[in-house]
Amino acid sequence: MDILTIIGAASVIAAGLCIGLGALGSCIGEGNTAAQGLQAIAQQPDEAGTISRTMFISLAIVETGAIYCFVVTMILIFSNPFWNYAVEAAAK
Amino acid sequence: MIDRYDDMIAFRLFGIPVNWTIASTWIVMALLVFVSVLATRGLKTGMKVSRWQTGTEVVVGLLRSQIKEMAGDDPMKYLPLVGTFFLFIAACVLLSVIPWFKIPTASLSTTGAFAAVVLAGIPFYGIRNAGVRGYLKKYTEPSLILMPINVISDVTSTVAMAIRLFGNMLSGVLIGSILLMLVPFVLPLPMQLLGLFTGFIQSYIFAVLAVVFMSSVAPAADEGGFVETPSAEKELREGDVPSFRKDLKTKGE
Repeated sequence: MDILTIIGAASVIAAGLCIGLGALGSCIGEGNTAAQGLQAIAQQPDEAGTISRTMFISLAIVETGAIYCFVVTMILIFSNPFWNYAVEAAAK
Repeated sequence: MIDRYDDMIAFRLFGIPVNWTIASTWIVMALLVFVSVLATRGLKTGMKVSRWQTGTEVVVGLLRSQIKEMAGDDPMKYLPLVGTFFLFIAACVLLSVIPWFKIPTASLSTTGAFAAVVLAGIPFYGIRNAGVRGYLKKYTEPSLILMPINVISDVTSTVAMAIRLFGNMLSGVLIGSILLMLVPFVLPLPMQLLGLFTGFIQSYIFAVLAVVFMSSVAPAADEGGFVETPSAEKELREGDVPSFRKDLKTKGE
């Protein structure tokens, strides 16, 4: 295996792992948030507006982890610095 | 497949290359200014107002009441900046349904600039609210040892805002283009709708987080802070009717 194959395979595997595990954790967190929010709305329907607004903000903050993973995955797949370096080195 | 709008030259202005991020930002800015001029032309009180004015009142009233609830402070202090954030991002989300349009918020430069503005807004509004002493006191809470962590937390939270917005907009664009390759017929449509929904939520969240961070140093109650007038409170309870429109409501009933 030459260096480009190793880098390519490692990048793809790392990208899959990154988005998969990142989505897993943040999905569990978002599910918990939504469940608690719905429970709160069921208990206090009058406060539904305040609760759902706060819930949406919390969801967005919980989601940040998955978004970071997404950005890292995109970097790994589309603008991988190691891949570019290896291609440049091979071209020399 | 992933287009870097920062590297794509749209046109050259006096020999200086202008990339697509800047060009589409200018397009959105021009559109917003055009619509704002159209909407605020000939504002008047009374019974008969134009449809544009009614629309403007709904948007501004909604923004005002939301900021009021978030900051617990005079909303007009934050409205110009935060309202512009919201309208700009929402306009970008809305324009993302145009296939060839390269939305500026799908570039990290734009969202990074937004976050830099919010980061500058934290000391600006903090000093304006509580003075230099009151603002600096925020960093020594709960104890002086935690000051570096407090400073870092300001920076990281705004950087997180930038990356969150960028990632969401980019994922919306990417899902559209990937689905166009896989199933070009019906399936991209509901995903576009979902993208619109999440995009609007993201623009709302960006504005709300900006308010929360910038109003983190509340004005002291005895130092000329925002005094909640009964009329402002009443206005909030009656819904999103601005004070200058109350005459209409009472007359109408």
